[in-house]
Amino acid sequence: MKRVAYVLGLPVVLFAAWYLLSAGSESFYAPPLSTILESFGKTWTLDRLGTDVVPSLLRLVAGYALAAVIGVAVGVTIGLNRRVRATVEPVLEFFRAIPPPVLVPVIMLFAGIGNGMKIIVIVFGCVWPVLLNTVEGVRAVDSVQIDTAKAYGISGPARLGRVILPAASPQIAAGLRQALSIAIILMVISEMFAASNGLGFTIVQFQRSFAIPEMWSGIILLGLLGFGLSLLFRLAEGRALRWYHGLRDAQRRS
Amino acid sequence: MLEVSSLKKVYRSGAREVEALRDLTFTVDSGELVCLVGPSGCGKTTLLRCIAGLLEPTGGQVRLDGREVSGPPPGLAMVFQEYGRSLFPWMSVRDNVELPLKQKKITRDRRKTLVEQALDAVGLAGTESAYPWQLSGGMQQRVAIARAVAYEPSTLLMDEPFAAVDAQTRADLEDLVRALWQRLEVTVLFITHDIDEAVYLGQRVVMLSSSPTVVQDEITVDLPSTRDQLHTRADPRFTELRTHVYEQIQAAKRGLQLGGAGASS
Repeated sequence: MKRVAYVLGLPVVLFAAWYLLSAGSESFYAPPLSTILESFGKTWTLDRLGTDVVPSLLRLVAGYALAAVIGVAVGVTIGLNRRVRATVEPVLEFFRAIPPPVLVPVIMLFAGIGNGMKIIVIVFGCVWPVLLNTVEGVRAVDSVQIDTAKAYGISGPARLGRVILPAASPQIAAGLRQALSIAIILMVISEMFAASNGLGFTIVQFQRSFAIPEMWSGIILLGLLGFGLSLLFRLAEGRALRWYHGLRDAQRRS
Repeated sequence: MLEVSSLKKVYRSGAREVEALRDLTFTVDSGELVCLVGPSGCGKTTLLRCIAGLLEPTGGQVRLDGREVSGPPPGLAMVFQEYGRSLFPWMSVRDNVELPLKQKKITRDRRKTLVEQALDAVGLAGTESAYPWQLSGGMQQRVAIARAVAYEPSTLLMDEPFAAVDAQTRADLEDLVRALWQRLEVTVLFITHDIDEAVYLGQRVVMLSSSPTVVQDEITVDLPSTRDQLHTRADPRFTELRTHVYEQIQAAKRGLQLGGAGASS
């Protein structure tokens, strides 16, 4: 109960402040929150959620999942192999430094303007935090744990699956968490360039047709979506890494 | 049976060479419990890693049950000093003990029996589903011992296993090791820096010199085979033996300065 109050306290205050301060607003671009909320209900009908929000989310999930798989697979390969690491790392730093939105026009040239392009953009942006964190996580696996595995004949896939990946999982999860917020940003941006549906596309359409309260309602929806997804992520992480949080608590107590 | 003959290990990093082990020869007969003591920094860890097949020696060889060790040998189980880092914190106690058995392709029923027996033998029945970090240090080391016992090794290698637990727990664990050794008839090589522990536990004590390491001395512990913390440690013979070992270790330490100067020139 107390925790819920802490979580919801500040958002409620901010919303209330926005509501009160904007109440008498005459500005065309910053309409009163009451107007925005009114249009929220009218704009985001089930129909529109189906045609715009669901495609966005599907692309997000596809891109994010692909980035996670690629990031972990490549990260493990690099992390376990010193020579590969020495060869690949400078190149990785270069690619990572390129802001993915810049690549949208380039990727469009190759992948067109369909779902493929948008998913590639998301993958390209998300893969780096996952990959680099996996490399670090795999490299940092305790040498005693590795020695134990070796001494007891735990080799090959079992060592990877039962020892190395679990040991690196807290760090991999940190990478996945960063990647999630990047994925949401790129989902919207990829839709702003060339699209016929999606949340980003709709918000830009509203702005261009001067449907300002609707535009604001779209932004609020995006915020809620991001919040919901990160909440989901935290639940999943808390479950998967229960041992890690327990271990940390135990170490802190002693 | 474990045979270590003229074992030598030199670490190289660039132009610098560090001779950790010079020339080590000793054997541990099947079913024997031998303790290895030496001054700190005498290359115990290097020796152990060579025996366990985790490190390749520069010269000489290690033979386990007649076969030369070139990788981790199947009949060898190891208990590490750092129990907290050697047990996998993402697995329950049961899974920790069971994982090596899965690799040995033992059937599920047999695995279950082995895990239960091993945990029972170390007095941890009922903690199967706990995580290791939910247990005390002494109990965690018991889990590590149970893992080694369930593996059904011919040889058990223990690397200062009780260095990080408190004195009372330590006494209990020492008795546990003696009891398990007698019951399972397994060969045990127990490495420690604690002279009393070495004399209390071992049938023989091998003393190492300081690095670069050779065997300094070796004694047979002619104490009765049933030992207990109270009477054995009060036995005059115990005191004599520990004095002897102590003197040898001190001599080895003095050798450290000489040996150290010799190695760097």
